[in-house]
Amino acid sequence: MHAPAKQMWLGALETLPLVVAAFPFGIVFGAMAHASGLSFAVSVGMSSLVFAGSSQFIAVTLIASAAILPVIVLTVFVVNLRQMLYSANLMHHVEHWPQPLRAALAFFLTDETFAAVTDRNNRHPGEPGLRWFYAGSAGFMYCFWQISTVLGYTLGERIPSLADWGLDVAMVVAFIGIVVPSLKRRADWGCAAVAFVSALLTHSWPHQSGLLFSSLLAIAVGLWMSRPESAQEQPDE
Amino acid sequence: MNDWLLIALMALVTFVPRYLPFALAGRVQLPAMLERGLDFVPVAVLTAIIAQTTLIRGGELDLTLTNAHAIAAVAAFVTALVTRHLFLTIALGLLVFGLMKLLLS
Repeated sequence: MHAPAKQMWLGALETLPLVVAAFPFGIVFGAMAHASGLSFAVSVGMSSLVFAGSSQFIAVTLIASAAILPVIVLTVFVVNLRQMLYSANLMHHVEHWPQPLRAALAFFLTDETFAAVTDRNNRHPGEPGLRWFYAGSAGFMYCFWQISTVLGYTLGERIPSLADWGLDVAMVVAFIGIVVPSLKRRADWGCAAVAFVSALLTHSWPHQSGLLFSSLLAIAVGLWMSRPESAQEQPDE
Repeated sequence: MNDWLLIALMALVTFVPRYLPFALAGRVQLPAMLERGLDFVPVAVLTAIIAQTTLIRGGELDLTLTNAHAIAAVAAFVTALVTRHLFLTIALGLLVFGLMKLLLS
């Protein structure tokens, strides 16, 4: 029942809907990479060595707007703090894995695999074979991300105006679909409102630094609004 | 800019946040303040990107009704608020975007 092959198959199978949803993003990434002047090798290299959708989208967007390298790297780092939260959430599940396996599987930690693994943990708590399930999900996602990148780059080459079709709207509506259900507390809404307004006010800052500034400002506001030691809960000294 | 240097640095700053908690699993407990701050990262970063991508078109603030990205984003926002369903949000957002493009062409 918990044979490695069976768990890998299940991991791939349960990630299928998410892979289908991610496929157009890979195509858009490939086309955008082409439009921002990256070579085929660099575009595929980014998908295979970085393997992080939002990092890659932000990088090509920033490259297209001639951002300097440190700004791109810093922005990508901040965006990846999301994956750090995923990783932190899974800490208790990986604490008995050998370090090399943790490192190898951490490389493949995407929204899609995190969602599939979380779903498995919720439905079958403590079931053995998680590492194989994870590997199946991650490998499946990885293969399709490479295929969609190649396809998108090729389409972008054949149809030079592909990037002008406004396909970045797909990323925007997907981000909205991810962000809105996570707006639960007053502090979440405050954080989102500050990020939104600040990003508009700082859009002309050099090298997209306004994006980074707005994110950090919004995180600070969210932290402040959700501080546990709010005045009415503090006992009098 | 050296593209491969960028990829190497991106790979590094992408891998380290993914691996660090895995590496420390079973050894440390993150400070509560840090965990709370990380909680806001997706909302903060993604919302900032949404704002700039929808309302800054061609380097200018575009608040007109002919901004197809903004109209599609509003449709997606309402759908997400009502249904909390990712696929439905994407589908309706894209549908509205397509209709806007048809209307404007």
